[in-house]
Amino acid sequence: MKIIYTDSLVIGGGMAGLRVAIASMERGYDTIVLSLVPAKRSHSAAAQGGMQASLAASVKGEGDNEDVHFEDTVKGSDWGCDQEVARMFVNTSPKAIRQLATWGVPWSRVRKGDRQIVVNNKRVTITEKNECHGLITARDFGGTKKWRTCYTSDGTGHTMLYAMGNRAVQLGIQVHERKEAIALIHEDGVCHGAIVRDLITGKLMAYVSKTTTIATGGYGRIYSVTTNAVISEGIGTAIALETGVACLCNMEAVQFHPTAIVPVGILMTEGCRGDGGLLLDKDGHRFMPDYEPGKKELASRDVVSRRMTEHMRKGKGVHSRYGDHLWLDITMLGKEHIEKNLREVREICEYFLGIDPVKDYMPVRPTQHYSMGGIRTKPTGESPTLKGLFSAGEAACWDMHGFNRLGGNSVAETTVAGMIVGEYVADYCEQNFSNISTKLVEKFLKREEKKIIALLDRNKGENPYELRNEMQKIMMDKVGIFRNGPDLEKAVEELKVLNERARNIAVRNKISSSNPELVDAMRVSKMIKLAQCAAYGAMLRTESRGAHSREDYPERNDKDWLKKTLTYWREEDDDLPEVEYEPLDINKMEMPPGSRGYGVDNTIPNPETEKRMAEIEEIKKAHPNADRFEMQQLLNPIELPEKFKGNNERIGRGFK
Amino acid sequence: MSDQEKDRTLKISVLRYNPQVKGDTPRMQAYELTEAPGMTLFIALNDIRENIDPTLQFDFVCRAGICGSCAMVINGKPSLACRTLTSKFPDGEIKLLPLPGFELIGDLSINSGKFMQAMNERVESWIHDKNMNNVDFTRLEERMDPDVADEIYELERCVECGCCVAACGTKRMRPNFLGAVGLVRLARYALDPRDKRTDEEFYEVLGTDDGVFGCMTLLGCEDYCPKNLPLQTQIAYLRRKMAFVK
Repeated sequence: MKIIYTDSLVIGGGMAGLRVAIASMERGYDTIVLSLVPAKRSHSAAAQGGMQASLAASVKGEGDNEDVHFEDTVKGSDWGCDQEVARMFVNTSPKAIRQLATWGVPWSRVRKGDRQIVVNNKRVTITEKNECHGLITARDFGGTKKWRTCYTSDGTGHTMLYAMGNRAVQLGIQVHERKEAIALIHEDGVCHGAIVRDLITGKLMAYVSKTTTIATGGYGRIYSVTTNAVISEGIGTAIALETGVACLCNMEAVQFHPTAIVPVGILMTEGCRGDGGLLLDKDGHRFMPDYEPGKKELASRDVVSRRMTEHMRKGKGVHSRYGDHLWLDITMLGKEHIEKNLREVREICEYFLGIDPVKDYMPVRPTQHYSMGGIRTKPTGESPTLKGLFSAGEAACWDMHGFNRLGGNSVAETTVAGMIVGEYVADYCEQNFSNISTKLVEKFLKREEKKIIALLDRNKGENPYELRNEMQKIMMDKVGIFRNGPDLEKAVEELKVLNERARNIAVRNKISSSNPELVDAMRVSKMIKLAQCAAYGAMLRTESRGAHSREDYPERNDKDWLKKTLTYWREEDDDLPEVEYEPLDINKMEMPPGSRGYGVDNTIPNPETEKRMAEIEEIKKAHPNADRFEMQQLLNPIELPEKFKGNNERIGRGFK
Repeated sequence: MSDQEKDRTLKISVLRYNPQVKGDTPRMQAYELTEAPGMTLFIALNDIRENIDPTLQFDFVCRAGICGSCAMVINGKPSLACRTLTSKFPDGEIKLLPLPGFELIGDLSINSGKFMQAMNERVESWIHDKNMNNVDFTRLEERMDPDVADEIYELERCVECGCCVAACGTKRMRPNFLGAVGLVRLARYALDPRDKRTDEEFYEVLGTDDGVFGCMTLLGCEDYCPKNLPLQTQIAYLRRKMAFVK
């Protein structure tokens, strides 16, 4: 039995995983990162548009600060997020971006003087201040009050991931590539590491550690059309679920990005619309102002995706052999701007569509994009139910996104959560000793070995690809942008059947070493469980909140549904997850529920809301001299690692 | 896309070899499949794996030309498979070989990660600044000229796919040759005011025949870089810079 010991085991080599690894390594703990692919090929690289941090250096960001970022994030989440976590995030994001600048990210900078921008389809001139020249600039993104999204052209994820990957190489962090964690080792509510399969040799081994951090990204691939990379299958999330001890949270909260190209589903950054691009229908009509006269194309992602779908349902979509789509038009931005700031977009159009966005419209439609749900954690990143298990980034439900994530807040979360959770991981390593018998390790290893042998030995059974395709189709058709009771019930039933069938998979390729079919077979049964959590959670949630939109329950129901869905998979033989709910406490909210400002406000209010509003007024009255930082600590007291506590400086405003 | 293309049968020949299986020998294997509109090699190869031959090995991650995982030799030319449309090939015949110059995992799958890790360590692919750990992140960031930031991004766009290494004549003759991927990385740091390395320090890594002086200027790297990085100019720049050091 091969056992590898370490202090901090990190599963996933994207930005969140690398950042946690960097934190524990810098604190002096032995750290190993496991990755399915070379770390720099992780899906983080595909983030295009940018990272939100309230630096307020561009003239269009003036007046921005943590409070405005907080407000946007909470509104964006449709009040489904943890406000404590959202606060930890917005207060740390400026530090994260500045740290990344020292690690080599070539953030686009403010250039003093006049420049032309496109706002509401008109060219206007803005003037950047002399004193801001050379500071990190920002662009506009959906659902934000200020220009806050910092970027490097439209390759932001790439430059951030490379900076972090390079930092990891500098620190000598070992990244064990082409290794897949297939189960967690745990006993009596404590996690001790993972059983890992080498994807080249097929050998199983155990990684035994004090802390195990899951940072394996989202589960977008449970849908048939997604912007996600092929490795975004949620396997890390699934192995946490399969412990029966750790729980997942809000798995029904799935984001559809408004603009992925048809048919391949590759993302066209929100920066297209942020920089001034428009959405047009089959008549060339710009329809978003008809629905959302305020924010238009730059409403929150869930809103734009729904409006686009609504508009296509009215017959205004462009017909194609791949179904209806709409147009994304960035021609008004001009060649120079597109070549400089939307370069990846242009390249993708050229190779996949054979068109040039400088003069052609791009065929787009809403496509699965982001998993708000994931492994439930405390604000420290640790599972509330399985000690020593941590999670960060898209894999986690930490939870700063609630039911809808803002563009630019995902790469920001990976970095910021990585920083914060990384410190708590190091604290855990400092305060705990690993006490584990090799007998326990062997038990888990043997269990997994047996499963693989059974899979390889079975001569007749289900085809893993058929199961996967059926699951993806169910999710796409019945657990999509608009949802309804009857469809969701059908989805839950059909997935149950798939779960049953997945216990009887046979592979045609019988070798135990490098075997892509075996890998897919092992993953599909895990993915079906995630799909079941999402579909079941969606069926039970009889309200509409953020990206979870029920046609039969169109209201956001704060009275009954201001709570998180927790799903457990208690026993291997279960055919449905067990569901619990965790209430969101209005009496602790810095910003009690209100209107997001889209369409008609049909919220069913919670009586506690008014009470909390009155309480906040009283606190404000009682502390007339409190500055905004003191007020925030009074309304929403947060804990942060010591090194991230300081106030952030901004040009022209100092530390205020 | 014409309807004619819709019904075309593609013939895709792949070099098959699994070093994990004892006694296996390299051979070409041909697959026939019906072309679909807008089909890329990502779609075609997955179609083959799911429906014809589940043993076929290849690597894709982003399938959008962003991550650099899927470089292979396509009809003799190193390129990214995921963004290669099958309609590009008029006779519908496509020959796929694994990228040379890298450890083979099996069929079209190569261990480029191992190679790139070694390259990153060799060129010390990070900002060298003794004060890096003492920066106070609550304060305003150090300013950078906007043009310089853009120029760094231009070189930072490398995705470590390995096409330049596969297309390099020098690399064939000098197994330890750094290759354009390593050279352009050093050029990126040499350009970056945040990196405090001196020319003499760069010379230590660059100033040999396995570094910038070994390049025979055949420029296969520039011809096949999927990101159109200005490799030729950068190698020339580094060579000039290094020639004056000693």
